[in-house]
Amino acid sequence: MNKLLSNVNFQSRQSKIVLGILLCLLPLLLQPIGNFWVRTADTALLYVLLAVGLNIVVGYAGLLDLGYVAFFAVGAYLFALMGSPHLTETFSWIAMLFPAGMHLSIWLVLPLAILVAGLFGVLLGAPTLKLRGDYLAIVTLGFGEIIRVFLNGLDHPVNLTNGPKGLDNIDSVKFLGLDLGKKLDLGFIELSSVTLYYYLFLALVVVAIIVSHRLADSRVGRAWMAIREDEIAAKAMGINTRNLKLLAFGLGATFGGVSGAMFAAFQGSITPESFSLMESVMIVAMVVLGGLGHLPGVVLGAVLLAVLPEGLRWFSSLLDLQALTDGRLDASILRQLLIALAMIGIMLVKPKGLWPSPERGRTLLVKAKAKAKAKAKVEAADAVKAKEVAA
Amino acid sequence: MDTLLQQIINGLVLGSMYALVALGYTMVYGIINLINFAHGEVLMVGALTSYSCINLMRDAMPGAPGWLILLLALLIACVVCAVLNFCIEKIAYRPLRNAPKLAPLITAIGVSLLLQTIAMMIWKPNPKAYPTLLPNDPINVVGAVITPTQILILAVTVVSLSVLMWLVNTTRLGRAMRATAENPRVAALMGVNPDRVISATFIIGAVLAAIAGVMWAANYGTAQHAMGFMPGLKAFTAAVFGGIGNLAGAVVGGLAIGLIESIGSGYLSQLTGGVLDSRYSDVFAFVMLIVMLTLRPSGLLGERTADRA
Repeated sequence: MNKLLSNVNFQSRQSKIVLGILLCLLPLLLQPIGNFWVRTADTALLYVLLAVGLNIVVGYAGLLDLGYVAFFAVGAYLFALMGSPHLTETFSWIAMLFPAGMHLSIWLVLPLAILVAGLFGVLLGAPTLKLRGDYLAIVTLGFGEIIRVFLNGLDHPVNLTNGPKGLDNIDSVKFLGLDLGKKLDLGFIELSSVTLYYYLFLALVVVAIIVSHRLADSRVGRAWMAIREDEIAAKAMGINTRNLKLLAFGLGATFGGVSGAMFAAFQGSITPESFSLMESVMIVAMVVLGGLGHLPGVVLGAVLLAVLPEGLRWFSSLLDLQALTDGRLDASILRQLLIALAMIGIMLVKPKGLWPSPERGRTLLVKAKAKAKAKAKVEAADAVKAKEVAA
Repeated sequence: MDTLLQQIINGLVLGSMYALVALGYTMVYGIINLINFAHGEVLMVGALTSYSCINLMRDAMPGAPGWLILLLALLIACVVCAVLNFCIEKIAYRPLRNAPKLAPLITAIGVSLLLQTIAMMIWKPNPKAYPTLLPNDPINVVGAVITPTQILILAVTVVSLSVLMWLVNTTRLGRAMRATAENPRVAALMGVNPDRVISATFIIGAVLAAIAGVMWAANYGTAQHAMGFMPGLKAFTAAVFGGIGNLAGAVVGGLAIGLIESIGSGYLSQLTGGVLDSRYSDVFAFVMLIVMLTLRPSGLLGERTADRA
């Protein structure tokens, strides 16, 4: 597998072009089979966007964030509030301001989603700066749950989020006179709504990957990796660890915000249950299973975990599994089962992920060896001392 | 006043269940520095196993008294959970002991998901009504009420904690556990087998979680495949709150979280004039955790976590 992957050279111009053409043709090939498959590809692209964003936080800066879905939720709710009749129906003064409904332009909502999600990222980052590793994981997890509880609960005294019922009638994405919610007839070919969204998401993913890739090679990216490998040493080298960690949280969150806004527009309705802890876990799993800090690996992980369950759903509906197993095994249960098994199995076989970054593995290995050596030395001395005391 | 006393009783009962689970987290974390995400699921397996056992035994021996059935079911649940946790450690955590730190965390989340899914397949997803086996008439205590089940929970918690303290502080195994937590390599040099100690730790943690699970189901009268997650999360919060790696801290943290949650959700609606209500009770544990970790990262009774937090 590794050999196969290393033979694929993504740096060469030809392979990039071939890959680009393939990705552009994909929905056109899938469309005749059924919009379900294009929809699956759309979801996979949204997950890729999320995974690339989380990779900045977990992969580059080494901060384990188990509440990432909170930023996804923030983006989605922001878009939904700006683009659904909910606010104008609930608050008369907003209805007076916008007699024709709020329906703000995407050029306004998207930057707003980026800003607000980034703000939430910094907000979460600030109190957790001193924490590392597992503690950070638990606090971010708690933060994700808090956001969900508030989304559920803020339907009174002021009905802001419409509680567990969620928001619906959300506008589709419209720009340059193009409505992605309707199908587009180009004359020789008809593009369905999901196909149009596919191209939008693909463009966003490409932008995200370029930004993320450029970030990794930049001064900021190198500083993040220094923090990840050894925070104290990074500090000693003059890196402002506080600001850079906040930046990582903020930037990672913006990707989540954009993805969330797109999700809301794509789905047309959202409920708090779309933003459960399980989703956070899935995104972390995508990043870690694919290969922490390595963009191609992260994309691979996201596509794999997003497409696999949908494929299974189709497969199990074909077999009518539910009737076969007396309701014990349906598509969603099978999906959970396989994700769980994949998480355990892949980690046991390849603890660094399916497609790990080459340097990261090397530095860590050298470090681990040196550490083990130093540790063994200290412990041998300890043991001698202990024996002396015992004698 | 009566409501306050009532909330305190409820909080103590809830807190003692959290404490039992938190002990499992804190012992495992103390020894191998792993958040055992699957620990909450062990509680769930304990509860559901006992549910099945009770139903089987009620059919097999209709005349048997309720407390005997509950006791037998509890014992079986403990054994099942102990075996389960032993296997989990052996299969999912042991091979990764020297892997990058995120790897065992991901397998732990995977195991948690796996156990939930398997439980869903075995017991089906709908919530089960847990049979009432103990007399259920509440006893009056100066205006507040306490049920026999709640008294039993408090008693069982005290007994389990005393046994655990005895085990950890005076036995050979306990000494080996403390030594391994302090420094596994030196402990190994002194003739302690760390693998066996770690297995023992997982088994003890599982027994405590199974007890908590049976008590939880008996107290709230339901059992379901998803019941373990929240208590597990809050118990971990409790462990961090009290100072992770510290047994007394886990108990104190568990009781504190239970009390805060119970009293908080009881009075929140009054305090905020109806703006926030008991739906926000889940938020308490996490807010407490964030405040605690910001102000005192080593926890209430923790000492040597400064390098980790």
